Amino acid sequence: MLNIKVLGSGCANCKRLEATTRKVVTDLGLEAEVEKVTEMSEIMKWPILSTPGLVVNGKLVSTGRIPSEKEIAAWLTA
Amino acid sequence: MNSSLIDPARKLPVRRIALVAVAAAAWIALYNLIQPLANWLAYSALGLQSGSRLGESVAFFLYDVPKILLLLSGMIFLISILRTFFSPERTRALLGGKRQGIGNVLAAMLGIVTPFCSCSAVPLFIGFVESGIPLGVTFSFLIAAPTINEVAVVMLLGLFGWKVAGLYIASGLVIAIVAGLVIGRLNMERHVEDFVWQMQVAGAVEGEKLTWSDRIQRAWDSVKEIVAKVWIYVVVGIAVGAGIHGYVPESALAGIMGKQAWWSVPAAVLLGIPLYSNAAGVIPIVSALMEKGASLGTVLAFMMAVVGLSLPETIILRRVLKPRLIAVFIGTVALAIILTGYLFNLVL
Repeated sequence: MLNIKVLGSGCANCKRLEATTRKVVTDLGLEAEVEKVTEMSEIMKWPILSTPGLVVNGKLVSTGRIPSEKEIAAWLTA
Repeated sequence: MNSSLIDPARKLPVRRIALVAVAAAAWIALYNLIQPLANWLAYSALGLQSGSRLGESVAFFLYDVPKILLLLSGMIFLISILRTFFSPERTRALLGGKRQGIGNVLAAMLGIVTPFCSCSAVPLFIGFVESGIPLGVTFSFLIAAPTINEVAVVMLLGLFGWKVAGLYIASGLVIAIVAGLVIGRLNMERHVEDFVWQMQVAGAVEGEKLTWSDRIQRAWDSVKEIVAKVWIYVVVGIAVGAGIHGYVPESALAGIMGKQAWWSVPAAVLLGIPLYSNAAGVIPIVSALMEKGASLGTVLAFMMAVVGLSLPETIILRRVLKPRLIAVFIGTVALAIILTGYLFNLVL
């Protein structure tokens, strides 16, 4: 089972990233747990300077932008 | 299997670049069509009188809206391509180990080209100061990045011309450098929230490898994102501006927003700080105000206060800065903007 974390303090882009990620998970029929991390001290445990961030199984794969569905799908199925 | 050896990322750009070239040609053709089309629509299709108030306002609106939207799309694409070569991570690495002074200058300049959203101000602030970048240098970045943003510069270019756009960039840089230097001199480190210093920040992330195809894709994505976000402000701002253009008499504002009114600059800044708007909505209105006698210094000061010192960003920063440092930050930047406004009113 995949563990996915969306890092962000609740800005519009963070919500969009969460929605896109959930959509990809549903579209691909993956078993995954999508978590939202909003606490700054938790977020800063990853090497991140700009939100939103996307973490897949403990690995930070993207920061500061909203990747395309294709990119997210590639990370989730890697 | 020979074909699998060809890197698809290398094969792709030819088509993408051709696409960009076609788009550029269409852009130029459209751009040159706007003026005749706007005149035809206003005076022939709608039958408005040339020289009448309504006619002037409508023609102004029909010309400026497509012009600004086209300019925004084209310029943001170019700026976004440039920005794919920068990232907050790279900027932090470039600023690491720089002294005050040279560090402030570099930070302000990097503030222009580094992709930045004020919603990321907190992680960026923590990441910068934790890696040892001086507080004042960090502020130079945090002042320049929102003030000299791509939408503001492109709108100024479209409505005021390159001289004013250049003046805006130059004064934004100077304000960011000077305010950062002042904040650095005041030794305000203890007015940063304590948790920031105690935080364990993870090491640097490795940079991404981008192909030209990725860069074009990302630039196109940010054009769509920014235009979707600001077009409504552009339309409303230009509509208000067009109304002023047609209906407010010449030099009506010289008395209250002109050079003679010494208090107009601080009043414009005080009014601008709590106003939450973006450059897209404000610039068409101030451009129309200037036509009616408002002076350039006053107008630029107002714009900078609206764009660079926004209330939401200040509230976000309050999470990492204690009240006194917030006050010093706003006070220093506001003062710098006021002085710049006076300077322009004096020399121009």
